[in-house]
Amino acid sequence: MSRVDAALRDLRSLDALAARDTPLARVDARALTVTTLAFIVTVVSFDRYAVAALLPLALYPVALAALGDVPAAALLRKLAVAAPFAVMVGLFNPLLDRAPMAIGSVDIAAGWVSFTSILVRFALTVSAALLLVAGTGMNGLAAALRRLGMPRVFTAQLTFLFRYAFVLGGEATRMATARQLRGNGRPMRLAEAGPMLGHLLLRAFARAERIHQAMRARGFDGEVRLLGGRRWQARDTLFVAGWCVWFALVRTVDVPQWLGWLMTGAT
Amino acid sequence: MSHHLVEMRGVSFRYPDGTAALHDASFRIVHGECVALIGPNGAGKSTLLALINGLVLPSAGEVLVGELPVTTRTLAQVHRTVGYVFQDPDDQLFMPTVFDDVAFGPLNLGLEEDQVRMQVDRALQTVGAVHLAQRAPYRLSGGEKRAVAIAGVLAMAPSILVLDEPSSGLDAAARRRLIGLLASFTHTRIIATHDLDLALDVCTRVLVLHAGRLVADGTPAAIFDDREGLARCGLEPPLSWRRRD
Amino acid sequence: MHMADALLSPAVGATMWVAAGSVLALSARRLDRQSDDRMVPLMGVLGAFIFAAQMINFAIPATGSSGHLGGGLLLAILLGPPAAFIVIASVLTVQALFFADGGLLALGANIFNLGFFPCFLAYPLIYRPLAGDGTSRARVVAASLLAAIIALQLGALGVVLQTIASGISNLSFGTFAALMLPIHLAIGIVEGIVTAVVVLFVLRARPDLFAARTAPTAPLGRLLITFAAAAALIGGVLSWFASGHPDGLEWSLERATTGEAAEEQGVKAWLAQAQQRVAILPDYDFAAPAAAADSEPGTEAAASWPDVKLGTSASGIVGGVLTLVLVFVAGTLLRRTRRSASPPAG
Repeated sequence: MSRVDAALRDLRSLDALAARDTPLARVDARALTVTTLAFIVTVVSFDRYAVAALLPLALYPVALAALGDVPAAALLRKLAVAAPFAVMVGLFNPLLDRAPMAIGSVDIAAGWVSFTSILVRFALTVSAALLLVAGTGMNGLAAALRRLGMPRVFTAQLTFLFRYAFVLGGEATRMATARQLRGNGRPMRLAEAGPMLGHLLLRAFARAERIHQAMRARGFDGEVRLLGGRRWQARDTLFVAGWCVWFALVRTVDVPQWLGWLMTGAT
Repeated sequence: MSHHLVEMRGVSFRYPDGTAALHDASFRIVHGECVALIGPNGAGKSTLLALINGLVLPSAGEVLVGELPVTTRTLAQVHRTVGYVFQDPDDQLFMPTVFDDVAFGPLNLGLEEDQVRMQVDRALQTVGAVHLAQRAPYRLSGGEKRAVAIAGVLAMAPSILVLDEPSSGLDAAARRRLIGLLASFTHTRIIATHDLDLALDVCTRVLVLHAGRLVADGTPAAIFDDREGLARCGLEPPLSWRRRD
Repeated sequence: MHMADALLSPAVGATMWVAAGSVLALSARRLDRQSDDRMVPLMGVLGAFIFAAQMINFAIPATGSSGHLGGGLLLAILLGPPAAFIVIASVLTVQALFFADGGLLALGANIFNLGFFPCFLAYPLIYRPLAGDGTSRARVVAASLLAAIIALQLGALGVVLQTIASGISNLSFGTFAALMLPIHLAIGIVEGIVTAVVVLFVLRARPDLFAARTAPTAPLGRLLITFAAAAALIGGVLSWFASGHPDGLEWSLERATTGEAAEEQGVKAWLAQAQQRVAILPDYDFAAPAAAADSEPGTEAAASWPDVKLGTSASGIVGGVLTLVLVFVAGTLLRRTRRSASPPAG
């Protein structure tokens, strides 16, 4: 079934990006996580009409994509595909907010400005999240979250979920494809989906039972033990500090405006 | 030497819903033996293996591992002695990376981190999977998963290895590597398998299970020569045995 | 639908993270105390199941659109509230990271909206008392429907409130709610049906999986109290719709456009038409453009449909949160009295 397959391919490809040895992968996962969160908070902290002032922040995702050797086309494609609830909601702004705003010598309805701001925010925050995974990988990220203090149960759950998403996704795909081949072109009905989900669920329970046995057979007592991770290095501190300085600068100084003044010498 | 022993004395097992899976099984396997457990589907092979490892407990009779009776109290020791390789490696490779998975057992045993790393490296080397150490399980082929599953069990330094259909789903090259690996071990090995050619290549003794009963116990030659006996159990001699005529 | 970073303010995002994080920490602690080592593999595998199941689309009869299982309620039924909450949080996290579903800051809000309401409100307060031990198919279906509908309505309401409170979107509470709530009513019905089908299927094949989790059928009196609380909540929400005060945004719009050029009036007329089409409730009435230009700001226009004045929207949100808290408290008290009356079923 194409949806499951496509989703699994997304998981695989993004996670595989992190497995390569790139400058981005060498940054400590905790540093990358913290910096990305600071980035997102900075982006959303701008007022609703900020557009140009947000743009210098794009340096962060652009830099990460470069450091991580992430193809820009793939990133843009993911942005376009991500069902933008934000865009649909944001589209109301031009309808509702008609107060004129001066952009240079032109008057634009303020709603369009805020809608553009929403689009920019969307692009920035979503690409940052994707690049975070591309830089750390799911397992690296879960380990980072654990070391940053998230509950162990939760981070262990993330790794197990990720591990078995492929197995169960594969089962789901095969079942759905088998139905499709005998479906004579008809889309799946609830009467078919129900039992299919039921079967998948029963198999999931059976598998969980076997995994539990395998865990007990190797001495599992309830606590998932992991080896110590990578050490925090000076360059990680530099990474976090450097980017946060940039975020703070962009937040306080309207960099594009400033650049414009520099260029034109006008006030 | 005694911890390499596996023995069953009049063991029977019944599922909670009443179906009998094993009836009055008795055998004794000694140090270093490599035993194949064969039989048609539903004969009770998996049940028998599960009883050896204490995954289930017998309804009657006694299971002894290394002269220790398998009870709820001795389970931890049994798990240290017996290395169990499951039929579906996906059930067994549940950690994020190969290295993490092979380290799972040693970590649970309470070993120090450097010791753990040493055990893991040694196990991975034995199965030839050192280059896979940082790989996530979903990126492994069937043969690689099987090798890593075996490594995960080896890292606990067991005395007895139990394998459930180890060659199923493997391509010829992976299967050949597996056979070489199994033949090289000095542990006591018990292998449940449909792959009778593997049994012929690796094992020195064959136990035949049929409808929950142990119906034959002997050398591969003796067992595979008895065509009628095999046919009664729904089995055939391995191809390589038939071809040698 | 998922909340998005692009519509979020730092304050709201952080608040929802604190809320989600607290529930997460409490759930983790509750699970640690239960110390059942079966949970680790089971939660992982069921999370993967939900993840895969959400991609199995089926056609919804008579609508031409497709739906899929959400899973929050089903997980709560299979695992109990704390484990289910953690599983949902993990699924949403993976979706946020890999599929840009929402965003990282909005993840807190999404975990709360899609996790807390089904796991800690709908399941224990609605599904469990109504479904009982699962022997009556009708009860399971009814319980499933009601629980799913309410859980999704609350979740949708959460998104609306978070969006309004963030102030990035210009949508008014009324308009946004009018869009979100009916859609999520339909989604809730589908979710309820799918959940019921799966639960009944599994119940028949493996009744042992539910042994520890079913409650004895609750006495009618307690059921009524629970439903009364739910009704009060829904009634409170609807009353905002029914309020006769002019819409805050339109009120401020009137102020902003009073005395402007005729061009603005043209815009207002167009805006009025657009809102007419958007509004769903029948007695909606937007002040005619000419009248709006003449009227002084603050004049109560005739029967304006949506609800909350801009100046009171903050208190409206506080009121909404307070109502939810009260419902939760009521539910918890209800559960305590039930536990003391009958032995716990697990």
